Amino acid sequence: MIPEIGHFALVIALCLALVQTIVPILGAQTQTSQWMAVAKPVARGHFLFLIISYACLTYSFIKSDFSVLYVANNSNTALPIYYKISAVWGAHEGSLLLWVLMLGAWTYAVTIFSRSLPNDMVARVIGIMGFVSVGFLLFTLLTSNPFERIFPVPLEGRDLNPLLQDPGLVIHPPMLYMGYVGFSVAFAFAIAALLGGKLDSAWARWSRPWATIAWVFLTIGITLGSWWAYHELGWGGWWFWDPVENASFMPWLVGTALIHSLAVTEKRSSFKNWTVLLAILAFSLSLLGTFLVRSGVLVSVHAFATDPARGVYILMFLAVVIGGSLLLYALRAPKIKSIGQFELVSRETALLLNNVLLLVAMFTILVGTLYPLFLDAINAGKISVGPPYFNAVFVPLMLPLVLVVGVGPFLRWKKATLADTLKKLIKIFIIGLIIGIGLPFLVAGKTSILVLLGITLGGWSIFAALYYLFKNLKRSDSKQSAIQHLKKIPRATYGMTLAHIGIGIFVFGVTFVNAFEVEKELPMKVGEKVEMAGYEFMFNGVRTVQGPNYSSKMGTVDVYKDNKAVARLYPEKRTYLVQQNPMTEAGIDSGFLRDVYVSLGEQINSEAWGMRLYYKPFIQWIWIGAGLMALGGLLAALDRRYRLKLKREKVVEKAVKSKEAAIAAS
Amino acid sequence: MFKYLLPVILFFVLCGFLFIGLYKDPSKVDSPLIGKPAPEFSLPRLEQPNDLFSEKEFLGKVSILNVWGTWCFACKQEHHILLDLAKRNIAPIYGLNYKDDTEQAKMYLRDFGNPFVSNAVDQLGRVAIDWGVYGAPETFIMDKKGIIRHKHIGPLTLEDVEDEILPLIQNLKNEAS
Repeated sequence: MIPEIGHFALVIALCLALVQTIVPILGAQTQTSQWMAVAKPVARGHFLFLIISYACLTYSFIKSDFSVLYVANNSNTALPIYYKISAVWGAHEGSLLLWVLMLGAWTYAVTIFSRSLPNDMVARVIGIMGFVSVGFLLFTLLTSNPFERIFPVPLEGRDLNPLLQDPGLVIHPPMLYMGYVGFSVAFAFAIAALLGGKLDSAWARWSRPWATIAWVFLTIGITLGSWWAYHELGWGGWWFWDPVENASFMPWLVGTALIHSLAVTEKRSSFKNWTVLLAILAFSLSLLGTFLVRSGVLVSVHAFATDPARGVYILMFLAVVIGGSLLLYALRAPKIKSIGQFELVSRETALLLNNVLLLVAMFTILVGTLYPLFLDAINAGKISVGPPYFNAVFVPLMLPLVLVVGVGPFLRWKKATLADTLKKLIKIFIIGLIIGIGLPFLVAGKTSILVLLGITLGGWSIFAALYYLFKNLKRSDSKQSAIQHLKKIPRATYGMTLAHIGIGIFVFGVTFVNAFEVEKELPMKVGEKVEMAGYEFMFNGVRTVQGPNYSSKMGTVDVYKDNKAVARLYPEKRTYLVQQNPMTEAGIDSGFLRDVYVSLGEQINSEAWGMRLYYKPFIQWIWIGAGLMALGGLLAALDRRYRLKLKREKVVEKAVKSKEAAIAAS
Repeated sequence: MFKYLLPVILFFVLCGFLFIGLYKDPSKVDSPLIGKPAPEFSLPRLEQPNDLFSEKEFLGKVSILNVWGTWCFACKQEHHILLDLAKRNIAPIYGLNYKDDTEQAKMYLRDFGNPFVSNAVDQLGRVAIDWGVYGAPETFIMDKKGIIRHKHIGPLTLEDVEDEILPLIQNLKNEAS
């Protein structure tokens, strides 16, 4: 009964989404206010029925109702309760439902935080989001219904994919989806503006916090995914340039360009075409990511069940949504006038450079990801493009970007003098250079050109950001106390500073790990000691441990430094009982300056095991840096000025209303 | 105008490629070893550890090499196909016992039937690396000169045998040695 309610609620949600698409948009085109007024209540109802549907599926998982095919395929009675709940999005059907649920949630948020917006704008935005929802709901109901029943009912479920039984992966997909789907808001704003022909700085101000929040979610999602791969795959890597990773990284790059481009459009009324195109692209790439992951056109470690019928549907949907929006862009963009003029040396130029570099980086990744597909399509054979290509093209694009990140904030809008700015920043660059020369020797006792370059730029980015904050402090009134000074600085400035410091810290991490990590792959006998990178690893044997739904070979490795015990690590090789795949759990001792990482391989003979040992300097800085970027984005999105504007506009609205009421009364 | 149309044009070109891509199976990567002689190796035989098994065994006849292990679930799935193929007596099937426990492997063949003429024991998986093995099961077909002519990744199905393996072996048998 419960699954049928869920299924039925999904059908109702589809009907509401259709209404949500057609009525408000027609209303906005014909300026019929009653029709536009439909947008908010219908969007809320749509969200309510999605919640009901999602709750029903979750209930079926908790109760282990194996008469539902999707539950039988992805759950098991032995599965712990928290994994039963997360198993809902463990495979295709459920993750689609989660996708739509989040779209509903974002739309709901738009209905709440849009009081200050003109009615036709709100109507169009909600209508466009409704259209996206129609596409995904139809896809779910027609090709991937999670509520399908089976008979005879199996006694036991086939269990959740063991790869997904990890706390990191419980929250990774929802965060990623929140980011993907979140870009639909900025997208809807862009399309609404193109439809209405009103692309002004107000439009940029409205979309900016939405785009930033979506970007924050995406950043967190990607970071968690990388962190999970490090812990779970047992290769000691943190980024593999896997097609699915790339699929999430491309919208991130474009999203990063978008949030910067929005700043120019808001403050200077410039870059309008850029910003609209980036908003369309960010969401298009989110959709493309969904297509790549779900259609099976690319091989990847994220081997999901694939089906060409689904691929054809998503592709058609992509063609309509993306093709339609780009066509609309092509028709309307020539008429868009960007007012702000700027000179070669200005903050606009820095941000333009930022846009171009990020967009080119995205294209190189897109080409690398799809290259095997292109070749195969013209029957030129099958190849796979690996990390060497991506590193070779991506790194040279990112180095100048980090350089620009340091300079950009110091440049004035419209026209700046290069000499002035350089004079200000030469000290900072020298600090960076000193760090770049000195730090590698402190850390590893050696260096290389690439290390010098990376660390100098990392230090440059951190200190330039701090210096910018310091400059802002000095600029304010000298009579106030330090705390008052600090309070006066807008949150957006703190956000930017934090995010740019995050970039520097991230660059530190990447540079040090790539240059100075040490790894050894060797057979180890029980009781054997191996020395590596100043640490001694002692292998104390393997025992069998039983988990709730797996059995594990758990090794014990003691790590010593200078004859002092540092850590006891338990690398594991788990075999999940139902699906019988072996899974690696690395034993990691994480530290601020280094990780020691041990992963257990195959048993070689009765006494020896294959073992992989890694020493990874500064690897945690990668995720700390990414975390700071996300935090910076969050601060920027919560800047007071968005709310102040809201309040001021509300006051105006009230005044207008009371005036109208007075007129009506008289 | 063209400047503004560029994104949408690029996008539809991309869509075209994606559409073609949907109907191609990306997991079918041709092995670079196809058309090349079987990589050299010498490994102990499962049946007779003192006797060594080498690639010379494949010379002078069409032969099949199957990579398997008792730990491998998919190998169990294709086991009856191999037994069936062995019964037809078309070409000798050799086994590469991959990263396995020797005693368990012997027991497995005793319990579930033995389709193999002989098995090479690759406990460390070193030889499998030379052969470009992704994982078990994989099946190679060599011609009379010991040159690899076909590679099948994953468990064999009845259709694979009927539609691909058997016709290929017939063709190879007709080739001059």
